[in-house]
Amino acid sequence: MFKWLDPYAKPQVLFATLLWWQRWLMPLSIVVLLLGTVWGLGFTPADYQQGDSYRIIHVHVPAAIWSMGVYAWMAIAAFIALVWQVKTAQWAIGAMAPIGAVYTLIALFTGAAWGKPMWGTWWVWDARLTSELILLFLFLGVMALQNAFADRQTGDKAASVLAVVGVVNLPIIHYSVEWWNTLHQGATITKFAKPSMDPSMLWPLLICILGFALLFGALTCLRLRTAILQHEAHRPWVRQYVQEQQHAAV
Amino acid sequence: MLLSARQLSCIRQDRVLFEQLDLQLHAGEVLQIAGKNGAGKSSLLRILAGLAEPEDGEIFYQQQALSQSADDYADNLCFIGHLAGVQPQLTALENLQFWRACFGLKPADDWALLATLGLAGLEDIPCQQLSAGQQRRVSLARLWLTSAQVWILDEPFTALDQSAIAALTRRIASHCDAGGAVLLTSHQPVQVPGHSVRELTLEYRW
Amino acid sequence: MSHVAVFRATFQRELKLLARQKADWVNPLLFFIIILTLFPLGVGAKPNLLREIAPGVIWIAALLSVLLGAERQFRQDYRDGVLEQLVAARSPLLGYSLAKIAAGWLGSGLPLILVSPLLALFLGLSTEALTAVVLTLLLGTPLLSLLSALGAALTLSADKGGILLALIILPLYIPLLIFASAAVEQASFGLNYQAQLAVLAAMLCVALALVPLAVQKALKLNVG
Repeated sequence: MFKWLDPYAKPQVLFATLLWWQRWLMPLSIVVLLLGTVWGLGFTPADYQQGDSYRIIHVHVPAAIWSMGVYAWMAIAAFIALVWQVKTAQWAIGAMAPIGAVYTLIALFTGAAWGKPMWGTWWVWDARLTSELILLFLFLGVMALQNAFADRQTGDKAASVLAVVGVVNLPIIHYSVEWWNTLHQGATITKFAKPSMDPSMLWPLLICILGFALLFGALTCLRLRTAILQHEAHRPWVRQYVQEQQHAAV
Repeated sequence: MLLSARQLSCIRQDRVLFEQLDLQLHAGEVLQIAGKNGAGKSSLLRILAGLAEPEDGEIFYQQQALSQSADDYADNLCFIGHLAGVQPQLTALENLQFWRACFGLKPADDWALLATLGLAGLEDIPCQQLSAGQQRRVSLARLWLTSAQVWILDEPFTALDQSAIAALTRRIASHCDAGGAVLLTSHQPVQVPGHSVRELTLEYRW
Repeated sequence: MSHVAVFRATFQRELKLLARQKADWVNPLLFFIIILTLFPLGVGAKPNLLREIAPGVIWIAALLSVLLGAERQFRQDYRDGVLEQLVAARSPLLGYSLAKIAAGWLGSGLPLILVSPLLALFLGLSTEALTAVVLTLLLGTPLLSLLSALGAALTLSADKGGILLALIILPLYIPLLIFASAAVEQASFGLNYQAQLAVLAAMLCVALALVPLAVQKALKLNVG
């Protein structure tokens, strides 16, 4: 069914493709992120309740959205790795997990920094923050498991099993935390009132969300290429590639 | 030809153990893999037993690629590696019973078998109280239970005394007479009565 | 080589081992009781306070003590080469995993349920709350055994198995912790807690269907 995908399972082919994508995604993500943040920080009106402090939304929301998005992509890669035994998909998990963990950390830090002026405290056991914290644990677990083995291949495979197990658990954890939160906290603190944002504020946010996605893509290409080189270091094509790079550098 | 491997290569921790290795094992044959420590003998055996995957190359069982004939091959394979496969808290007898149950083998006189292996009187003692050589014999007892055609044995003679070595070589000889084949590693020269032992040497590579 | 035959052989063997190595199930049980003793010493022995924190304390102690025994679950068979033999023979590892998990529950889950009346004395629980503790333990400890077996299987050949196992499995315990302690809390107020029990039962069913498959896969990749 997915015959057209077959060649991309070959590390050498994938390496070249990733290089092409990386060349486009990297500058594009920088441009989009610059546009979004400058627009969001400099040119949108201040919020009538929160003043200027709401502007952290341009970092917080994209990071939070894509922390989950990265986990979803990681789980897709893990599924492909498990079902079709594709090695490059296993390596992709290792390439994506640290990016996801950093996005999650950004979301948590910006959430805390935003919480201080809004709620008067750095941390509340809000359902979303708690879920995000658990998501961070899941990312760290995948990373720790992948690096725990003397045999790298075992680590890659074990991490793909854990990523799939995690994605099955993620909704269960998410909803149980939400339920727990409403049970214990009374009225939940919601970050945005439902009547949504003014379009003038929404556009830069959407651009920032796109920027985070592009940056995730670009970083994944970069990290996956590194992983391919590491795993295939003994292959003739890698040796040749490294020699070419050295020549180019001289 | 029972078992063959084409163009096998194996890499462990970024070190190439062997490359483009070809190997054939015919019925009634004993093949000894020789080589220095760390030359990749055990890795080769694990690959041939289907426990590890080669970096490159393919393995054929009765001319069929292992990817197609894996179940068939596993039914006809007896692999005994470094690890004894013996549960130390259980007695020799209980260990044999476990293997019989797991591999669906018919019940037979395990007492007589253990006596053949020189373990008479030790059947009821937890294996952890046996000596290394005695534990090895319990582990090798599986060769008397199995009806598998291909045997892959990693250092089967380690820790065995003269009488046990003699018993094992006799068993290997009768197995080969019955059309079986044995692939083994050993640092000592192996003599099997009535059969010549072919040798394949793995060079240590840096 | 059917699943049933392997299940039966492994289960019988595990029962023999449990009978011979009593420390395997006695130690986690002692650990459970000692943790419960630590809480009153740490937070103060006011009966009201103890009753309030009891649901959480009991469940945290339970999941830590199950986790404590988990690391050894497959390790011995891995070190001795029993697992290697099963994988080489392409034996049905599913039967093996299920037998291991079932025996693991007998060793680490069941004793907790049996000593739970002791909790009523220690933490001043009412009869209703104690009933809830027993019921949630009945539904929850098999789930703990399943998940910890998965962690043990995944970290089988890892260098630092024990702490890594805790790191990857504890986040997966969170839903269980939330619903089980909520059920006990509801019961202590004299409220209905069937909904929580139903959720626990549902989670157990899902885990029972999926976890043994993942355990099987994890064992295979650690041996191969």
